[in-house]
Amino acid sequence: MEPLLSVHGLSVSYGRFQALHEISLAVGRGEVVAIIGANGAGKSSLLNAIMGQAGRVSGAIRFAGRDIAALPTPAIVAAGIALVPEGRRLFPSLTVEENLAIGWDLGRRGGLRVAEIYAMFPVLLARRHQRAGQLSGGEQQMAALGRALLADPRLLLCDELSLGLAPRIVDRIYALMPEIRRRGITVVLVEQDISRSLAVCDRFYCLLEGRVVLSGRPAETDRDSIMQHYFGA
Amino acid sequence: MAAAIADQAIQGVLLGGLYCMFALGLSLTVGVLRFVNIAHGDLIVLLSFLTLAVCTGLGIHPLLSLVLVVPLSCALFYALQRLLLQRVTGQNPLLVLLITFGIAIIIQNGLLQGFGADTRKLPGGALETATWQVAPGLYVGILPLLTLLTAIVMVWLLDLLLYRSRLGARIRAASDDVAAANLIGLPTPRIFAAAMAVVGATAAVAACFMGLQMNFDPASGPSRLLIAFEAVVLGGLGSLWGTLAGGIVLGVAQSIGGEFDAAWQAIAGHAAFLLIFLLRPQGFFPKY
Amino acid sequence: MLRSQSPRVVAGRAVLVAGMLMLAVAPWVFGLGTISVLTEFLTMLVLALMWNLLAGYADVVTVGQHAFVGIGAYAFYGFAALAQIRPPAAILLAGLVALALALPAMAIVFRLRAMYLAIGTWVVAELFMLVAGKLSAFGGGSGVSLPLPVLRALGARPAERFIVVYWLALVLAATAFFSTWLLLRSRVGIGLMAMRDNEEGAGAVGVDLVRARMLCFLWTAPFLGLAGAIATLQKLRISPAASFSIIDYTVFVIFNVVIGGVGSLEGPVLGTILFFVLREYLSDFGTWHLMLLGALSIAVILIEPRGLWGLIRRRLARDLVPVSHHGSRL
Repeated sequence: MEPLLSVHGLSVSYGRFQALHEISLAVGRGEVVAIIGANGAGKSSLLNAIMGQAGRVSGAIRFAGRDIAALPTPAIVAAGIALVPEGRRLFPSLTVEENLAIGWDLGRRGGLRVAEIYAMFPVLLARRHQRAGQLSGGEQQMAALGRALLADPRLLLCDELSLGLAPRIVDRIYALMPEIRRRGITVVLVEQDISRSLAVCDRFYCLLEGRVVLSGRPAETDRDSIMQHYFGA
Repeated sequence: MAAAIADQAIQGVLLGGLYCMFALGLSLTVGVLRFVNIAHGDLIVLLSFLTLAVCTGLGIHPLLSLVLVVPLSCALFYALQRLLLQRVTGQNPLLVLLITFGIAIIIQNGLLQGFGADTRKLPGGALETATWQVAPGLYVGILPLLTLLTAIVMVWLLDLLLYRSRLGARIRAASDDVAAANLIGLPTPRIFAAAMAVVGATAAVAACFMGLQMNFDPASGPSRLLIAFEAVVLGGLGSLWGTLAGGIVLGVAQSIGGEFDAAWQAIAGHAAFLLIFLLRPQGFFPKY
Repeated sequence: MLRSQSPRVVAGRAVLVAGMLMLAVAPWVFGLGTISVLTEFLTMLVLALMWNLLAGYADVVTVGQHAFVGIGAYAFYGFAALAQIRPPAAILLAGLVALALALPAMAIVFRLRAMYLAIGTWVVAELFMLVAGKLSAFGGGSGVSLPLPVLRALGARPAERFIVVYWLALVLAATAFFSTWLLLRSRVGIGLMAMRDNEEGAGAVGVDLVRARMLCFLWTAPFLGLAGAIATLQKLRISPAASFSIIDYTVFVIFNVVIGGVGSLEGPVLGTILFFVLREYLSDFGTWHLMLLGALSIAVILIEPRGLWGLIRRRLARDLVPVSHHGSRL
């Protein structure tokens, strides 16, 4: 069976800087796949390219049987891919509820409802009429995850969920992964926090300077080998 | 003397309604699209000429012609943003400014070429002269009153549109963080163009009421722009109700200055603006 | 760095030097008609250099540059005609008045950010113009002609005066060009260019950017005022509409610099030359002339924001007038 997402020979460059060099990877239906790598390895460029927001892109990106490399972002989201951007990127002057509504609005209009997001994150219910800019980092991350889930994605891309958050908060957010899987949503996790992402993923790809240098299943791969490839030693 | 000043103040408040109309579109442009449209006044004058052409061509009242002119104006502003201004948004904002500067000069001279330098007025019929006696000796023109009321309704509608509608939320989202909006799939070029179409609707209404109350000619645009800009800054950048307040302050200042002569009317408006701006640079109701 | 220069750059610099020599010997070569056009050219060049300094380097787009031209014109009239000070001194004093009035203007408009500042300068200019129209000693709303004694002080016959005014304009333009060049090569200029190019080192250059921008704003005022005084000597009268003409002293100037190329010293020169060439052929077409310039400037911004000079620059190894050490970057 064809994987849900397959990337083949993908290169991305911004001006003279080439962020990705002909990388290939595949994500199967229902999998949780982690993309790990140091700062500047090209992880965010990969996600941005899938979303149709990278610089110059060459290569193929196939999702659910169709080539999406040339599609505009709204069409990609409508096809069933949603992103939780690095740094949350909520719209600060909009209320929590408005931020969530935008997610619903852009997506496939099915699956989760706003009420279910509030059930997952009760703190958001209490703050739904506050401006997103006034939320704490953890609350913003919950709202950003909620916004992406409301688009009813088949594939959820998470960019650095744990960045800048207290471990306790990160635990609560990661505790939702089983629930997300149960709903049949495929997940690609980009993380610098290796142990966190290896703990929840089925498979991983390790990027170094824009290339895939290692891939496999966490249980079958030796930690030292991962660390060596991570730092390029 | 006191009665005369009170009368001038009332006329000024009513005039402020017209100035608020000029300024509403600019307030949206500044607050949401984050650029200053130097051609704003000239576009309003262009629409006044268009209204004049529609009125005389079809033999209908200017207010009725809005049915036709508003959609045309929306389309014009939408296309302007989508085809021209969008191409430089996201780059240095000064490029947008310079492009609108070029548009302003093209409109002024295009109108001069097409319509000549004569001053014009829209044919308002009985509405132009109708008055209402508020108190013994105090008369208020029906048209200025209608203008102020329309301006208030426009502010209220725009406020609803921006803060209570789906399009409004999208517009504010794109305005907050374009890059994030693009990343999660908002079609920002279309959203900005839609916002500009809303600006076009306000400009068409402003053009109609301006043409009914004041003379206009191809060179009237810049003074309209300056008044609109002053109202926007006085009100607080991006605040719609503030723009109404700013327009009224300018209207009152001009009206009192106008007791002397036309030049003092303009001087009083600009001087009041500069003075208040020095004392309160963030405006009456700052949003940001 | 290579010492050898590309032949194109050498040729370009030769053209530049030839142009300067031509201006220096013009009174002996050309007739009075040409001298008059050249005087106007030099005045416009000063305005273009000043707008370019602000928009191209200091990130200050002004739409109110005509304010200081008009102030210079009125101040010159005041000193020369009313106070009867000798014209050369009156011209210099006019520059000083422009500088003095630039201080309060700056205090107001610099409270506005980037784009809003543009319209702010326009409001200030409008106010100055309206006030000028209220000065009855200066002819009120309709203006007044320069009295004959003022003109006689420059030369007995009109032909002599033409030449004297030409020399004044040439000295002003040369001073504006070379001093602005030196300013851009100074630490202030380097800091501004680092800011413009969005380099992280902008702060590291150690230049206070706010003060650098203010310096540039104040820098332009006396030059604009002097240009206004010289323009008055050519037009022989002052009036609010003509002395504070936004079309002549701001609109044309912006178009010239945008078309020629913002952010270089060659751009304003090129744009102003092109303006006078176009004017020769198009001035009969009034409105079409302005519409064409407007369309041309929009097209230039869309195609190459650095203007015609930006297009030429792609084919050259370096600037003809190197203003920064980044000159050889591309």
